[in-house]
Amino acid sequence: MKISSLGKIFCGVVLLCAVGAVFGAERFPPPEFDSGYQQPTMVNPGARSNVLEYVDVAVLVAVMSLTCFLVYKKRSRKGIFWLMLGSILYFGFWREGCICSIGAIGNVVLSVFDTNYAIPLAGLLFFVLPLVFTLFFGRAFCAAACPLGAIQDIVLLKPVALPVWLAGTLRLFAYAYLAIAVLMAATGSAFVICRYDPFIAIFRLGGNVNMVVVGGCMLLIAVFVGRPYCRFLCPYGVILRQLSRVSRKRVTITPDECIKCRLCEDACPFGAINRPTAEWAEGDYRVNKKRLGVNILLLPVLVVVFGFAGYLLSGGASRAHVTVRLADRIYAEESGEVDDTTDASVAFRGTGMTIAELYGNAAKVQKQFVFGSILAGALVGLAAGVKLIRSSIQWKRSEYEADRAGCFSCGRCFKYCPIENVRLKKLSEQC
Amino acid sequence: MADKDKNVSRRNFLREGVWGALLGGVGIGGGVVAVKSAKGDTVWQIDPDKCTQCGNCATYCVLEESAVKCVHAHELCGYCDLCTGYLEPEPPGLDTGAENELCPTGAIKRKFVEDPYYEYHIEEPLCIGCGKCVKGCGAFGNGSLYLQVRHDRCLNCNECAIAVACPSEAFKRVPASDPYILKGEH
Repeated sequence: MKISSLGKIFCGVVLLCAVGAVFGAERFPPPEFDSGYQQPTMVNPGARSNVLEYVDVAVLVAVMSLTCFLVYKKRSRKGIFWLMLGSILYFGFWREGCICSIGAIGNVVLSVFDTNYAIPLAGLLFFVLPLVFTLFFGRAFCAAACPLGAIQDIVLLKPVALPVWLAGTLRLFAYAYLAIAVLMAATGSAFVICRYDPFIAIFRLGGNVNMVVVGGCMLLIAVFVGRPYCRFLCPYGVILRQLSRVSRKRVTITPDECIKCRLCEDACPFGAINRPTAEWAEGDYRVNKKRLGVNILLLPVLVVVFGFAGYLLSGGASRAHVTVRLADRIYAEESGEVDDTTDASVAFRGTGMTIAELYGNAAKVQKQFVFGSILAGALVGLAAGVKLIRSSIQWKRSEYEADRAGCFSCGRCFKYCPIENVRLKKLSEQC
Repeated sequence: MADKDKNVSRRNFLREGVWGALLGGVGIGGGVVAVKSAKGDTVWQIDPDKCTQCGNCATYCVLEESAVKCVHAHELCGYCDLCTGYLEPEPPGLDTGAENELCPTGAIKRKFVEDPYYEYHIEEPLCIGCGKCVKGCGAFGNGSLYLQVRHDRCLNCNECAIAVACPSEAFKRVPASDPYILKGEH
């Protein structure tokens, strides 16, 4: 009985308070206790220590160093294979794919553009160390340290060679992906690379259903087409490709001089072996010269066209930003396009910010997007144009070489070389 | 022949130059970002003033059991008998029966202190971070119940899945050295 009468009084108080709408105020002053009651204090566990992240950095350096040793000193595909498995287990399944150099692009870009954001030191090291290694030794990171590359590499059972033009065209997606990822990170919209990491759901043994499907399909493709993500999508790979072109050391198919036996011709499932080139005939030379001229003229056209495409897409792209989305929604509600409300629009109306302010902020973001999208488009156009120009230049080569940019240092081609087999004493020199 | 050598050495020179520039660029760029980021690591936290208790915290976390839990600032609590964070809006009865409790998992434990005061305590392992009690407490009470990311559970994802789903932009990165936004402190 006592409870219900108390309840009634309580309800009255509650109603008064609700009418007064004194939000956040102390409606019921904390009581003074007579019984010597001690208030419990809130226990808040501290942030987890990030020691493990530094262990990750150490493992990364160790794996890349070991890769270089295996590629340049041992020339051992078997060693690299086991190292790949190790990376899949450690960086993939144990560390659940996070922290990763590819995703670190987003963090690095955001920390450049957002003064309030600080990238964790381990994340920065994950971004920088593979770059440095690549400048010295080529793509040692891609070879075995990257769990995304490794998981695709080990499922490659029935390699199908793609035509050079197709592989080159598909590679443009990677440039576009990098441009989009940088744009989204710079505007503080999203870490696109992390959100659409195809293998993270596999490493975590669960996650977003769409990404599980995408990851499964990607792995299925990887059975036939060597490392599809690395070659045609990986934004970090785009950066490593360029650095690898000028690396100190480079992977050589043969341990000695190439005898042009052609045995390694089809050894590379990634199309990264360049054949020796014959001198062009006079006629060919003239045709190609003309083609080169056309392609050089095409470069600025491509830059403008892609830049304009970027401009056209900027409106849609800006909806990736939460402020623009919210402003769109509020606009729809204000103009009567929609009758209902969303959690976000209700939350916004509770903040006391004026709609004009919101529109102003959204317009600012959209302006950034227009500028960024044009720039991103133009850069993709530039990449396409340069690729066209490069395709019409005759590169002089006298032997079979691993392509500096495209070689993942996976070590598959070594065993195809008869000279390598002589070195390993599997063949005698007389043969 | 001499001409060819000259070509090769020129190309080498160019390559060396580009190499040096790139290495320098990576070094300087990395250094600048490192200096800029020397403030220290950050973790995710909920600003209780912005939180609207939409319920996304319970469902969007990458963990099966959300890293977000309700916390209770006892120093703000009114110790009410009829607690709107504890009881359903129109409970069938005014006691600790499950049908009367607002919390879907019965994570709030009620203990008699002295007449007419009751202590409310969150049994954290049971809490799913749905925020129902927070809404109730905030609507009619002192707002002493609120949601916080618990750092013994949070994986500190690069892009917090709840932060992406949060309708009120209440999630933000805070310094790891001060990882909670506690009510009554500011």
